[in-house]
Amino acid sequence: MAMLRVSITADDHIQGSEDAATTLVEYGDYECPHCGAAHHVVKQLQRHYGKGLRFVFRNFPLAQIHAQAEAAAEAAEFAGANDKFWEMHDGIYENQQRLGITLLLELAGRIGLAGDDLRKSLESHEYAAKVRQDFLGGVRSGVNGTPAFFINGLRHDGAYDFEILKAAIEGQLLQMKAAG
Amino acid sequence: MTRILPPGTEAPDFALNVTPDQKISLRELRGRPVILAFYPADWSPVCGDQMAVYNEILPEFQKHNAELMGISVDGAWCHAAFAKGRHLHFPLLADFEPKGEVSKRYGAYRDKEGFAERALFVIDKDGKIFWSYCSPIGVNPGAEGILQALEDLHSTGIARSA
Repeated sequence: MAMLRVSITADDHIQGSEDAATTLVEYGDYECPHCGAAHHVVKQLQRHYGKGLRFVFRNFPLAQIHAQAEAAAEAAEFAGANDKFWEMHDGIYENQQRLGITLLLELAGRIGLAGDDLRKSLESHEYAAKVRQDFLGGVRSGVNGTPAFFINGLRHDGAYDFEILKAAIEGQLLQMKAAG
Repeated sequence: MTRILPPGTEAPDFALNVTPDQKISLRELRGRPVILAFYPADWSPVCGDQMAVYNEILPEFQKHNAELMGISVDGAWCHAAFAKGRHLHFPLLADFEPKGEVSKRYGAYRDKEGFAERALFVIDKDGKIFWSYCSPIGVNPGAEGILQALEDLHSTGIARSA
């Protein structure tokens, strides 16, 4: 079974505490409609588990089939460098049907970032290397499409609606308990 | 249950259509590693499918000077439309006539369904199979195994010439 091979560091985008019993890592693409659906499931899981869940998002843009995915990932990284990663991340997924440069600039404005700076950052591909690094790390961990989830380091194969992911998390918690 | 050709086997040569009017043979690619990715069919309904992921990883394969080729029983016209629709930047070979013959020779054909397994082969520069892997049909094998094999191939090559 595929394991997460890139450990979580301060460079990651993390919601929740290191002490959480469960860490959920998602490799996602901002244009992928399945990731758009998964976004709401993650929110639901976060509400359900509260402090018991730590969530990490990493980029896996399939740029050849999703023309806007790379720019969106770079825009989220740009926002992240300005401590606004999750605001941009949520904004993109919540408006996924309108994804494009206009939306990215509008979101930047909404969260207090200068649109001109974002435009320059995208034009110079300032964060392309970071996005690619996420992508290649994902490949080495066996990410084979999007979204890909890892629960406490183990790849979750199968569907990813709320009940199924919740059951997978519960299964992991039981195993951890049994292992003491 | 088919058994795919194991490492150490001479990779069977073939000449298959890569476009409706052009063929490519394995022998032509001697001198560099070749990745053969057999897969069931074009137009799988998921986004981020196996070929789409490989497409994004091409630069990593190229660092190893390796040539990637997808193979399925779909015809050359179908492959052309699929490659165009998904912006694929590597060749897709049509194991179309006689249907599945090359897949069969690699032990990567599913008789019952009439299409290829999700079977991966890394072939060394001398035409010998260095690594092979057959994934359960419903499971996209990703690229990790291929990259690991290319790295191992590279370090073996260095050890040999040293």
